[in-house]
Amino acid sequence: MATATLHANDAHAHGHDHEHEHHEPGFIRKYIFSEDHKTIAKQYLITGIIWAFFGGALSIIFRLQLGFPNMNLDWLKPVLGEWIVEGKLEKEFYLALVTMHGTIMVFFVLTAGLSGTFSNFLIPLQIGARDMASGFLNMLSYWFFFLSSVIMFASLFIETGPASGGWVIYPPLSALPQAMPGSGLGMTMWLTSMTFFIVSQLLGGVNYITTVINLRTRGMSFTKMPLTIWAFFFTAVLGLLSFPVLLSAALLLIFDRSFGTSFYLSEIYIGGEALPNVGGSAILYQHLFWFLGHPEVYIVLLPALGITSEVIATNARKPIFGYRAMIGSMMGITVLAFIVWAHHMFVTGMNPFLGSVFMFLTLIIAVPSAVKAFNYITTLWKGNIIFTPGMLFSIGLVSLFISGGVTGIILGNSALDINLHDTYFVVAHFHLVMGAASFFGLLAGVYHWFPKLFGRMMNNTLGYIHFWLTFAGVYCVFFPMHYIGIAGFPRRYYSFTALANNAQDTFADMNAFISIAAILTFASQAIFAFNFFYSIFKGKKATQNPWNSNTLEWTTPIIVGHGNWEGEIPAVYRWPYDYSKPGSASDFIPQNVPFSVTPESNLPEENEEIANEKDIEGLLAVQNDVYNH
Amino acid sequence: MTYLIGLLSVVFLVLAIMIVSKSIALSKGIQGADDSDARVDGANNGNAFGFLVFLVLGSIAAAWSFLHSQPDFLPIAASEHGLKTDQMFWISMGIVTAAFFLTNTLLFVFAFLYRYKKNNVATFYPVNHKLEIIWTIIPAIVMAVLVFTGWRIWRDITKQAPENAVVIEVTGHQFGWYVRYAGNDDNKLGNQNYKLIDDTNQIGIDFTDESSFDDFTANELHLPKGVPVLLKIKAQDVLHSVYLPYQRVKMDAVPGMPTKFWFVANKSTDEMRAELGKSDFNYKLNCTEICGRGHFGMAITVFVDEPEDYKAWVAQQKPFLTQNPDYLAKVPEKLKGKAQKYVPAEAPAAESDSTQAAAGAAPATASLRR
Repeated sequence: MATATLHANDAHAHGHDHEHEHHEPGFIRKYIFSEDHKTIAKQYLITGIIWAFFGGALSIIFRLQLGFPNMNLDWLKPVLGEWIVEGKLEKEFYLALVTMHGTIMVFFVLTAGLSGTFSNFLIPLQIGARDMASGFLNMLSYWFFFLSSVIMFASLFIETGPASGGWVIYPPLSALPQAMPGSGLGMTMWLTSMTFFIVSQLLGGVNYITTVINLRTRGMSFTKMPLTIWAFFFTAVLGLLSFPVLLSAALLLIFDRSFGTSFYLSEIYIGGEALPNVGGSAILYQHLFWFLGHPEVYIVLLPALGITSEVIATNARKPIFGYRAMIGSMMGITVLAFIVWAHHMFVTGMNPFLGSVFMFLTLIIAVPSAVKAFNYITTLWKGNIIFTPGMLFSIGLVSLFISGGVTGIILGNSALDINLHDTYFVVAHFHLVMGAASFFGLLAGVYHWFPKLFGRMMNNTLGYIHFWLTFAGVYCVFFPMHYIGIAGFPRRYYSFTALANNAQDTFADMNAFISIAAILTFASQAIFAFNFFYSIFKGKKATQNPWNSNTLEWTTPIIVGHGNWEGEIPAVYRWPYDYSKPGSASDFIPQNVPFSVTPESNLPEENEEIANEKDIEGLLAVQNDVYNH
Repeated sequence: MTYLIGLLSVVFLVLAIMIVSKSIALSKGIQGADDSDARVDGANNGNAFGFLVFLVLGSIAAAWSFLHSQPDFLPIAASEHGLKTDQMFWISMGIVTAAFFLTNTLLFVFAFLYRYKKNNVATFYPVNHKLEIIWTIIPAIVMAVLVFTGWRIWRDITKQAPENAVVIEVTGHQFGWYVRYAGNDDNKLGNQNYKLIDDTNQIGIDFTDESSFDDFTANELHLPKGVPVLLKIKAQDVLHSVYLPYQRVKMDAVPGMPTKFWFVANKSTDEMRAELGKSDFNYKLNCTEICGRGHFGMAITVFVDEPEDYKAWVAQQKPFLTQNPDYLAKVPEKLKGKAQKYVPAEAPAAESDSTQAAAGAAPATASLRR
């Protein structure tokens, strides 16, 4: 009964349409409560795409308010009902939109949708494993995410509105229902949903880490792993260490809200009464939140960078430049990500000495990021570039990563942050560097691995059009926001009427322009949605290795079955980036090709590795044993 | 201007699409002769060309939009530290803009130059330690310089306020700001306690502290020009943030944790009016931490006065106690004598019976009023 209900929810809320063509016994085990990493990846992907459209639509509604403050929005009444008051967006609902847009995009799309999809899909396929270390935990991970999604989604429809205190839900605003209606039931649901979300992330993370460490095929040493896997691995480590801290922050907030504790509350007079809470610290919450919140930026970004590394190398037909430097810089980012969180708090009243420390640490993290950007650019140099849609989005990612990243140097400087903190400059910065860049990584991944996911190709021409519209659109939306920020416009403002110097008039054009660009960019995602869902059913049949790529997933059957490889799992002899190797007739040599059969292209040190091939083969029995215990 | 920007956006998008589709058609024509090459489709050259076009149009759009927006940026900082942070900001901006153009240019130009060509083979170039070291060290040095300069400015801004600083208390609440001045006599803010807040004593001034007697409140912020001002920042209900955009001042207001920010406003309201050519210009204090439905409108007017004007303004203000003599009841017996001088000799005629004053203390107040 319970499963039937869940199934119904699934079909309604998340429309796993593609699953309905296979009605057969075992349907539920095969497509709903599946333990197969590929199915779980698809579940994550489709849920993520649906969330992305929701999150995007919310931003369009508040962009209408910002771009066209005098517009009559009565036509939205059928959808928003009483949130439209006299043709205007309700002020609290505006904040709810901002909050839910942030929450959905950061957590449900770019965390679950991105690493949920690609970690699940690619880790076993690229390291040569039959599935995740624990298929059951993996299934639980998705269904906890699903439960969390349902709760978050439901919170959009309650009378007092969803959580409205910004995606960072700083207390006391989020702790006191008297402060705003969204801090009532909506916030309770937000916290419940996020608790399940964190459980889901931890189950996923444990699995990713375990699988990468334990289930690599014979010969797949750490230094032969594709950069995607390295990125997913570091992402999982980041998530595993930081999400529990968010959980504790959320738990303490739940205590403060429901059980009368004072972890974050102190000396509050609200609604005509003085609350008894004393001794709490609102800053404590911010420390706990950003201890996750900052690594979260990299949880979102690293998988996108990993995907880009793979796609750029494949389509430039060149090895990724500085493979080890790439790993090193990701490792550096992973470590530093944990010790820069307080740069979000320079002007919260935190001790200024701490501000100095965090400024130093923050600007250090710019160095590995810069190294990554330079390495991508050098990988293109003297390549033979094939612009697949995936490649276009990867190049777009690098551009956005740079453009958004450079302003981080300014915001990370505590003295400069004083004026820019919580202005549109910040909004521009993080939307480019983590929002759009990660989103581009997600799209690059979908275009690149679609043949492996669904056995069919997406339409390239639609992909090109989608890319150019999105790329131009994203720049048109976020580039001008820097100017609005420099002009001192604070974020999360319903309108700019209270600023000095009639500032609301000075950027009225610019805000309208941004809104138009946002609407066009959002609309052009329909091209993607059409291409995606159409190609699942009607796309051109994929070939074995459509991009002539080196990694192991392309050695599996075109329609990958349970267990991924029909025969033995291939062994790995070389790194994944032997593209255009001098001497080789083909411009790619897959990882499972031994050095002994490519004497014409081997480098001297690689000839020495031929001796090890016997050892690698000898591990076959051990490897099979793992699966047959 | 609206139309100009709108037009630009449309032109920008349309051009991008046009060029892509044109070059698709074009390259199809070129490749028509040699259709055997199945590795790329006809659009490959078009996409490569697209990056070049994007670079050129994007650079033009970036430069134009900057020049167009520049007049609407915040004017030159109206505080001493703001001048330094502004200078640092624009230096940093120059550096990052250079990096932005350089790297994006390389990215797009490489994408264009090294597009797929038949019979071309990519260069196998997996590593170059010298290059890696160079582009690790150069950003590191640039960062180090920026951090060090930034840190020195930050240190100066956040160091202890000078002894002679004028102390002003700003308290955020949903949705407005209360301002309290230290008064004309002791230049010292009295204690304050959130439990003492009522409809009249909205800040919760504690009248058991004699420093409170001459404190006065206002619903606008007056700052003396050229004199250090120390803002003591508080919040009553949720987080707020004091933002003086023109003075480049920002500091959160946190319930239960007083914060502070000191600065020297160096341009009076009149001077800024003259500079902007707007006789009705006023500085504002805005809120920059989300605090609820009225967040966007949570502002008060700020006046930066010449020091003598400021003195004159302060001298005119009446202490809270003078305006609300009922609160004399809250003053402990031994301090009543000191408090007396702030209470008008004659009770205001229309004074209604205070509901705030404790019942037992009411007669005492009444007698004192006489």
